[in-house]
Amino acid sequence: MTLNTLWFIFIAVLYTGFFVLEGFDFGVGILLPFLGKTDTQRRTIINTIGPHWDGNEVWLIAAGGATFAAFPSWYATLFSGFYLPLFLVLIGLIIRGVAFEFRSKDDNRLWRNLWDWCIFSGSLLVSILLPIAFSNLVRGVPINTDMQYVGGFFNLLNPYSLLAALTFTLLFVLHGATFLSIKTDGEIEQKAKELVRWLWMLVVLIMIIFLITSFVITDVRQNLNVLTILFPIIGVLAVLSAGYFLRKEQFGRLFITTCLTIAFLVLTIFVFLYPSVMVSSLNPDWSLTIQNAASSFTTLRLMTIVTVIFLPVVLLYQAWTYWVFRKRVMGDVDKLTY
Amino acid sequence: MDVLLLARLQFAITIIYHFFFVPLTLGLSLVVAILETIYVITGKEIYKRLTKFWGKLLLINFAVGVVTGIVQEFHFGMAWSEYSRFVGDIFGAPLAIEALVAFFLESTFLGVWIFGWERLSKGLHLTAIWLVAIGSSVSALWILIANVFMQHPIGYTINNGRAELTNFAQVVFNPPIFSHFPHVFSAGLVTVAFFMLGISAYHLLHRNEIDLFKISFRMAAIIGVIGTIAVGVIGHTQGQEINQTQPMKLASLEALFNTENPASLSVITIKNPFTDNLILNWRIPGALSFMEYNRFTGEVKGINQLQLQYELQYGAGNYVPPPVILYWSFRAMVGAGLLMILISLIALFVDLRNLYGNFSWFLILLPWAVALPYLANTTGWILTEVGRFPWVVYELLKQEDGVSKVVTGGMFLTSLIGFILVYGLIIIATVFLMLKFAKAGPSDTNEPPAEFTPSLVNPPDSQ
Repeated sequence: MTLNTLWFIFIAVLYTGFFVLEGFDFGVGILLPFLGKTDTQRRTIINTIGPHWDGNEVWLIAAGGATFAAFPSWYATLFSGFYLPLFLVLIGLIIRGVAFEFRSKDDNRLWRNLWDWCIFSGSLLVSILLPIAFSNLVRGVPINTDMQYVGGFFNLLNPYSLLAALTFTLLFVLHGATFLSIKTDGEIEQKAKELVRWLWMLVVLIMIIFLITSFVITDVRQNLNVLTILFPIIGVLAVLSAGYFLRKEQFGRLFITTCLTIAFLVLTIFVFLYPSVMVSSLNPDWSLTIQNAASSFTTLRLMTIVTVIFLPVVLLYQAWTYWVFRKRVMGDVDKLTY
Repeated sequence: MDVLLLARLQFAITIIYHFFFVPLTLGLSLVVAILETIYVITGKEIYKRLTKFWGKLLLINFAVGVVTGIVQEFHFGMAWSEYSRFVGDIFGAPLAIEALVAFFLESTFLGVWIFGWERLSKGLHLTAIWLVAIGSSVSALWILIANVFMQHPIGYTINNGRAELTNFAQVVFNPPIFSHFPHVFSAGLVTVAFFMLGISAYHLLHRNEIDLFKISFRMAAIIGVIGTIAVGVIGHTQGQEINQTQPMKLASLEALFNTENPASLSVITIKNPFTDNLILNWRIPGALSFMEYNRFTGEVKGINQLQLQYELQYGAGNYVPPPVILYWSFRAMVGAGLLMILISLIALFVDLRNLYGNFSWFLILLPWAVALPYLANTTGWILTEVGRFPWVVYELLKQEDGVSKVVTGGMFLTSLIGFILVYGLIIIATVFLMLKFAKAGPSDTNEPPAEFTPSLVNPPDSQ
C-alpha cells in the first residue's frame, strides 16, 4: 500500500470519527427545542453532550488539517470551490459552539432563547451542508484542467446531494435521540425513545434509497471491488440490527449500531471515491486523485510517523472521557454545569 | 470591489478577532492551573474559589477562541487556495500536527475539567487543567512555526511548481521561532496580568473579597513585571532579526526612506500624503543603529534603496508595505509595552508595600489598562503581517498569486458581511458575560455538600 492510499484512509477515518461523534451532538442540538420544553430539560439535554462536543469537533479540524497536509490540492480545490457552503458551515459551527458556553450563563429568557436557536440552527445547518459537500465529491462536480472548481453554488444543490443531506440529517437525529435515551431519564428519555421508534423505519428506507441511488449516479460501477460492496451492506445491516435492539429495548446496543451505520455510510462514500478525491464531471482525466493532489513523499512519510504516534493517544483519552461521563444526566437532581 | 483587497480584509478581520482571545487563553489557562495546583497542595478553600472564579472567565474566553480558530483552519483553503496549493506540502504539516497533538488535547481536557469537578479525583482534575494549559501553548507554538515559514521560508525546494519539504527540522527550528514564540507567550502573560489587575483593582476599590483579590493582584503584578520585561527584551532581538531577514519591514516601520549609516531612530515622522515631502521628521542620530547592532554605527537600509533592489531582483512592482500603518502600529505596540512595564512595576510596589489605600487613583485607572495588552497584541500582529507585503510567503509568493481563483468579489463580500455580523454579536455577548462575571466576583461559598449522591437514589441502568 502506498503512502497516498494510507493517507486517504487516515482522512477517511478522521471524517468518519467526526461524523460518528459530532453526529450525535448535531442530532441532540437539532432535537433541543423539540424534546426540551422546560429550561431544566433543555439544560439537561445540553449537559449530555457538554463534556464532549468540543473534543468531537476537533475531529473536523484534524481532518481539515490532514487534508491540507497530505493532499494540498484537494484542500485548495474543495475549500475554494465550495466557498459559500463552507462559509455557512463555519457560521453554523461558530454560533452553536459559543451557544453551549453562553446559554446558561444568564437567566434572561430572550438570551437563552437566542442561544437555543443558535444551537438548533447551527446543528441543522452543518448537518445539511457537510453531506451536500461530501456527496458532490463522489457524484462529480465541474473541475477544469487546472484543478479549479468552475461550477456555482447551485451546482452543489442537486437531487443526489439533497438526498444525501436528508439521509444524514435524519440519521444524525436518530443517533442523537438514541444518545439522549441512554443519557437522560424521565420525560426526555421517554420522548427520545418514542422518537427513535418512530424514526427508525424512515431512516432505513431513506438510507437504502440513498445507497441504491449512489450506485446508479456515481462511476462506482466501473470500479467495483470488495469494499464498495461490503461497506454499504454493513451499513444496511447495522441500521437493520438497530431495529432488533429497538424491539428488545436495548438502547445502549442500539447506539452502537447507529454509530456503525454512520461510520459505514461515510466509509462507503470514501470507498466509492477512491482513488479519486474529487471527481470531475467535465472530464474524468481532470479528476483530483490521491496521486495528483498529494503532497511529496517526504511530507507524507513525516505525517505518517506523527499520526501513527498521536492518533492512538487521542483515541485513548477521548474514549476515557466517555467512560468518565458515562452516567445519565438527571436534570432534577444533578448539578447542571451548562 | 477588488477581490484581493476583500480577501485580505477578511483575513485581517478574522485573524485579529481570533487573536483577541488567544493570548488570554494562553496566560489564563496557566494561571488557573497554578491556582488549582496551590489548592491541591495546600487544601485551602480560597484557592479553590480563585480557581473557579478565574476559570469561569477562562471558559468564556476559550469558547470564542476555539470557534474563531476553526475559521482560520478553513480560511487558507477557502480564500487562499493557490497559496495552499503552493505551500501545502510544508504549511499543512504544522497545522495538522497542531490539531492532532495540541488542539485535541486542550479541547478534550477542557470539557473534562469543566464537568469533572465532582467526578474526578483532585489530582486527575488538576492534571486536566495542566493539559489544557500545555495544549494551548503547544498549539500556539505550531501555529507560529507555520507563520514563521511564511516570514522566513526555509527547508524547502521548488519542485512541480510548488514548494516541497526537504528538511522538516529546519522548518521547525527556523531561527525566528526562537523569538516569535517567546514573544507571543510572554504577551499572553502580559494579557492575563492586566486582565487580572483590572478586575482585582475593581473589587479592591469596592472592598469586595479583599483577601482573594489581593492574592490575584499580587500574582498578576508579578506575572506582569516578568511578562512585560520579557516581551520588551525579546522584541528587541526581533528588531535585530528583521534587519537581517526583512529589512523592508524595518525601514517601513521606522519611516527610514533612505539608507543611513549611522542610522537614526524616528521620534516622530509625518509625511504629506499627497506629495513626498516630510512635514515633520525628528530623529535621534545613531539610535536605530544602536537598536540593531548594539553600537552607534551600522548601516540600516532605506525604503527607496530596498525598493530598487527588489525591482531588480523580482521585477517591477510595489514592494513597500504601507509605512503609515507599520510606523504607527509599531509605536502603538512599543508605547503600550513601555506603559505596561511602568504600570506593572507600580502595581508590584503598591502590593509589596500594601499601599492600596493610598493609591486608589491607580486602582481606578487599572480596569482601563486592560485595553493596553489588546492594543499591543493587535498592533504587533498588524506589524508582522502587513509588513510582509507584498508577499504571502516572503520573497517567494506574492499576495495576488496566493488568493483563490474561483472565489468572486461577491462571495467574499457576502462572507465578510456575514463574519462581521456574527462576530459582532459574539463580541457583544462575550463582553457582556465577562463584565457580568468579573463584577459579580467569586460565588459566595461552595455549594453545601450534597446530602445524597444522586446516583445512589436513582441508579443508572448499565446499558
